[in-house]
Amino acid sequence: MMRRALPGLCLLGVGVLFLVLGVLRGEPGTVLTKAANVCLECIGLG
Amino acid sequence: MKTHPRAFVQLCVTALSNGYAVGFARGTIFKGRIKGLCLPGLNCYSCPGALGACPIGSLQAVLTSHEYGFSFYVVGFLLAVGALCGRFVCGWLCPFGFFQDLLHRIPFPKKLRRLPGEKALRLLRYVILVGFVILLPMFVTDAYGLGKPWFCTYLCPAGTLEAGIPLTLASAALRDAAGWVFRWKLLLLILLILLSLVVYRPFCRYLCPLGAVYGLCNPVSLVRLKVDPGACVQCGVCQDACPLDIQVWKKPNGTACIRCGKCVRACPCGAIQAPFVKGGKTVSTKG
Repeated sequence: MMRRALPGLCLLGVGVLFLVLGVLRGEPGTVLTKAANVCLECIGLG
Repeated sequence: MKTHPRAFVQLCVTALSNGYAVGFARGTIFKGRIKGLCLPGLNCYSCPGALGACPIGSLQAVLTSHEYGFSFYVVGFLLAVGALCGRFVCGWLCPFGFFQDLLHRIPFPKKLRRLPGEKALRLLRYVILVGFVILLPMFVTDAYGLGKPWFCTYLCPAGTLEAGIPLTLASAALRDAAGWVFRWKLLLLILLILLSLVVYRPFCRYLCPLGAVYGLCNPVSLVRLKVDPGACVQCGVCQDACPLDIQVWKKPNGTACIRCGKCVRACPCGAIQAPFVKGGKTVSTKG
C-alpha cells in the first residue's frame, strides 16, 4: 500500500516544497496585488 | 428533489469562497490579505464575493510579472492539491462545476452522454492549459515586456459569470467600457450554459485548464477510487451511472474522472471503493 502511495507522496512533497519556496520568494504578494484589484481582463474589459 | 451530500458540500464551498456579500451589494471586490491565498477550484478573484484567489488567474499573474519567470507558489499549490485528491476538487469543491451540475439537472428533451469527437474534444483542455495559460502569457508581451492573462481575457466563463456580469450590472462606467471581448465571453458563457443542459459538464470535460492539471494527478493522487478485481463482475453498471461515461471498472483513476462517487453507490457488488463516499453493497457476488 505504501508502494502504491509513493508517487502521490513524492508529488505532494514536491508541491509542498514549491509552495514554501514560492512563499519565501514573496509570490503571494504578487497574487494579492492582482486579486485585490478588479481584473479588467477577467471581466472582459481589458 | 433529493439533496445529496455532495451537492450540499458544493453549495457550502461556493458560499464560503464567495462569502463577501458586501461586494455584491456595492459592486466592489474584497481586498483583504487572505486574498493572496489560492482556492482549489475555478473561482474568479474579481467576483465581488471572492475571498481567495483563482489558481489559474494567479498562475498567469505571476508568469506575466517582471519579478518571477516561474511560479513556485501556484505550481506548488496545484501539485500539492492534485497529489492529495486529484479531480476530487472538480467534483466537490469547484463553484463553476457546481453551476454546471445545477444546469444539467434542468430537464431537457435530449441528454447526450458524449459529444461526437469526444476523444479529440477532451484533449482541448491541455491545448488551453499549455497555450492560453502558460505560453501566450509568457511569450506574447507588450512594449513594456508585460504579458496578459490570455485564458482569463478570452476564454474563462467563470470570470464572465462571477465577475463580468455582476460588476457591469453594478457600474454604468464598466457597462460603457464593455466591448467586443465582453460580448465574445458572454456568448461563450451562454453557449456553455446551453450545452450544459444537453451534456454533463462540458467546460470541465473539454476546456478547463485547472481540471487538466488535477486530472494528470488523478492516477497518483492519495485520495482515489479502488476497484476490487475479485468482486467486480464487469457488468458495466458503473459506466451507466457515471455522468462522464467512464469505464470505471477498466480505468478507475483516469484523467477525466471528477470523483463524484456515483459509480461507487451504483456498483451492485461493492467492488468500487472511495474514501469520500459510501458504497451501495459490500457483499461480493463472485465465488
